[in-house]
Amino acid sequence: MNARIQPVQLHAADDGLKPGETMLMVDKVSLSFGGVKAITNVSFDIRKGEIRAIIGPNGAGKTSMLNVINGFYHPQEGTITFRGKARSRMQPHEAAQSGIARTFQNVALFKGMSTLDNIMSGRTLKMHANFFWQMLHVGPARREEIEHRMKVEEIIDFLEIQHIRKTPVGKLPYGLQKRVELGRALAMEPDLLLLDEPMAGMNVEEKEDMSRFILDVNSQMGTTIALIEHDMGVVMDISDRVVVLDYGRKIGDGTPDEVKANQDVIDAYLGVSR
Amino acid sequence: MDATGARAVSKPVTFPQYLLLNAKRFGGRPAMRFKDYGIWQTWTWSEQRDEIRDLALGLKAMGLTKGERVAIAGSNRPRLYWTFCAAQSLGAVPVPVYADAVADEMAYVLDNAGARFAVVQDQEQVDKIQAMAQTTPALTTIIYDEPRGLRDYDHRMLHEFGAVQQLGRSIAETDRDAVAAWEEAIMASDGSECSAILYTSGTTGRSKGVMLRASASVKAAEDTARFDHLDEHDEVLAYLPLAWVGDHYLNYAQGYVAGLCMSCPESPDTVSQNLREIGPTFYFAPPRVFEGLLTSVMIRMEDAGRIKKKLFHASLAVAKTYGEDILEGRPVSPSGRISYWICDKLVYGPLRNVLGFTRTRTAYTAGEAIGPDLFSFFRSLGINLKQLYGQTEAFLYVTCQKDGDVRPDTVGPAAPDVDIRIADSGEVQFRSPGMFMGYHDAPEKTKETLTPDGWVMTGDAGIFDTRGHLKIIDRAKDVGKLTTGALFAPKYIENKLKFFPNIKEVVAFGDGRDYSAVFLNIDLTAVGNWAERNNISYGSYQELASLPQVYEMMARHVEQVNRDLAAEPLMAGAQVSRFLVLHKELDADDGELTRTQKVRRSFVAERYQPLIDALYDGSTEKFIETEVTFEDGRKGIIRATVRIADAVTYPTATLHREAAE
Repeated sequence: MNARIQPVQLHAADDGLKPGETMLMVDKVSLSFGGVKAITNVSFDIRKGEIRAIIGPNGAGKTSMLNVINGFYHPQEGTITFRGKARSRMQPHEAAQSGIARTFQNVALFKGMSTLDNIMSGRTLKMHANFFWQMLHVGPARREEIEHRMKVEEIIDFLEIQHIRKTPVGKLPYGLQKRVELGRALAMEPDLLLLDEPMAGMNVEEKEDMSRFILDVNSQMGTTIALIEHDMGVVMDISDRVVVLDYGRKIGDGTPDEVKANQDVIDAYLGVSR
Repeated sequence: MDATGARAVSKPVTFPQYLLLNAKRFGGRPAMRFKDYGIWQTWTWSEQRDEIRDLALGLKAMGLTKGERVAIAGSNRPRLYWTFCAAQSLGAVPVPVYADAVADEMAYVLDNAGARFAVVQDQEQVDKIQAMAQTTPALTTIIYDEPRGLRDYDHRMLHEFGAVQQLGRSIAETDRDAVAAWEEAIMASDGSECSAILYTSGTTGRSKGVMLRASASVKAAEDTARFDHLDEHDEVLAYLPLAWVGDHYLNYAQGYVAGLCMSCPESPDTVSQNLREIGPTFYFAPPRVFEGLLTSVMIRMEDAGRIKKKLFHASLAVAKTYGEDILEGRPVSPSGRISYWICDKLVYGPLRNVLGFTRTRTAYTAGEAIGPDLFSFFRSLGINLKQLYGQTEAFLYVTCQKDGDVRPDTVGPAAPDVDIRIADSGEVQFRSPGMFMGYHDAPEKTKETLTPDGWVMTGDAGIFDTRGHLKIIDRAKDVGKLTTGALFAPKYIENKLKFFPNIKEVVAFGDGRDYSAVFLNIDLTAVGNWAERNNISYGSYQELASLPQVYEMMARHVEQVNRDLAAEPLMAGAQVSRFLVLHKELDADDGELTRTQKVRRSFVAERYQPLIDALYDGSTEKFIETEVTFEDGRKGIIRATVRIADAVTYPTATLHREAAE
């Protein structure tokens, strides 16, 4: 037998938490920009291994909440506890190092680079060879790149984007760009994956594909996922628990069925119960 | 092995016998390639034999026995191809199923074949099979290749492919007798057993299971492999549906007989890239693929710079003048040869390379009529493109064109060892070495297809030209007459229209009517590109199809076809008087096309009855609601007002004579 490629399985890092234990705790967080109160006294938790949705009407503070979680905004009040450690002023790159990855509402890829390179860039934090070796592309740097390429290929296979491996992402349709962005986030092998409207602007088929990928990421890699999404059908189908924001306040929290039955939520968002 | 020694030196009569022979004679040569995780991986013939042996021993241990059916569903993967041979080596019968079949189509085949085992690619196929489990009581075991998404499934019926092979491998390692017994059983076969059941695409009604005899299949494959000089140095890319007779014949059957190397693409979306990487020496594609290639080349040239564009079109003119003559070995002036040679270096060579045809010695097309211009285009570039005419019932080949004797309007003379005759009704009938044993579980249907003296009725109307080449006109039962008495061959009209790159699909009506009329589907790629270049904005297929500019374009195409038809005495009466552009693309998911992308005429006629009425009652537009099925099986409704346009027709001197007949 000649040597066949044996894929290394992608996995969320083992952080000692068991599925169902609290991974991230948002406690009485408030955030304001000047006089504008974006988030007011919001508390909720994210448990290991779950898919947690954050929903709410436009301007409810969903994206701000995500930005608070990954350290981009610093709340004036309240604390964020990640894996039992309360965090003070954390920078986004520190969030990344601690195992939090995210995608953006408006795709934020390197448009001129290929799909492969974009996803490879997600592994920057995991590269250890120093600049000198990397420049020469020999020894440890070369070995390391082969290892990383293997992981990236696995993600490409996982997301079924082999056909655009070498295509500059700027030339890709929106739905595929979203997939590449998810790929880049996965390349970090995160413990907590934050998805900001992963299905915005997609057609039914693309949404179904994306839902399947999200569910597979969750079940196969054991990644905890927090997502913001507008498509109620999708949210209710794939999430384990939902938190509902309205004008920066939390008005509901629970399983999709509980949230659907919550009168405040119905009034604020869903209109009528379906 | 003594008992079978005498047979071992004689010619193999089954594919597993060829496997053992190839592992011996070409042991170190590549047999299979598959691009996985971005890298081409290769299995030699001896490695392939080991993979198949492990699988076969595993299947045997799981209870697969002689005569049982094994369903196979998925895209072109080495493991699925190995399953064919592994099943055959145990005397079981592989039954490939179209991977994109919806759940109840798949259940029908599984149930009709009485499959106990199913070997499938992934979760999608497992879901489909399990959704219909109550209609397939015989099925006890599902083996899957890709475990993704299946972790939380009930694993009482499910087994991983790798685990089955592992089981077989441990048996092979601990029990040498098991391996010897496996090989002996293979060598003991006299080839009289059924070696595969291939289901027809079902252009008319439910698909039927065509049973093929091992020795007959091998003989047919040997004949054509010799005809096209295939040997162990050849490479093919297996990218057509696994369940289709063409893929099974050209890649698996010819592959084992010739000992060539089969490559499987990374995914269905990467075929064109993989084609370029592999550079197959033998290539098959249905006409629509060649159409797609031509369209994409032309579109890209539209976006090229002026100098490149000029060079390209000048070279094409040279190719048109000399290309086919040079390919056919006819006399060509030295100056013609020199300019062709220069253009070959500058344009044709690089173009062939981009398309993946650099090493292609023989290319075939079949399934539908191919446009003469399209056919000549590829031939003039130096690609030896030929046509064949075949049927599942014949195990593919009925006729095929010889090198150096190729014409676009015929499908060539009878293939080696095939007899053809034209019945009084105009129907083509044949007898061939690969001829089927009968339809599975449907002896009465078998009887309907065979003549009393044992010829197969193809259902196609055809004629022989003066050189003995067969020309297929249409399905025998589709040829009809207008009320004027003029001959109406719908496919003939449809094909003429489809040869325009802007038109993707056509359905013609006219039998028993006053005049011919057509439904058109525009080609979204070609027309979309045209719209982009002309600053015409559109949001969807539906919107683009209803634009007045698009209707004008279609009117010009129809007019051109009418002009052509007017020049042909037999067909002049059937010029297209009215047409409309459909508001949705015809789709196999809605049952409008077969899985091999052929129009199901009667179904379309029934579904769009209001539109047909509108074509013949003189109205200029018609509102219609159409139910559509999405890929996941959910349904939706498309509403549209479709415009109906009149076309320019041409007077013909022969019309009266036609009408009088």
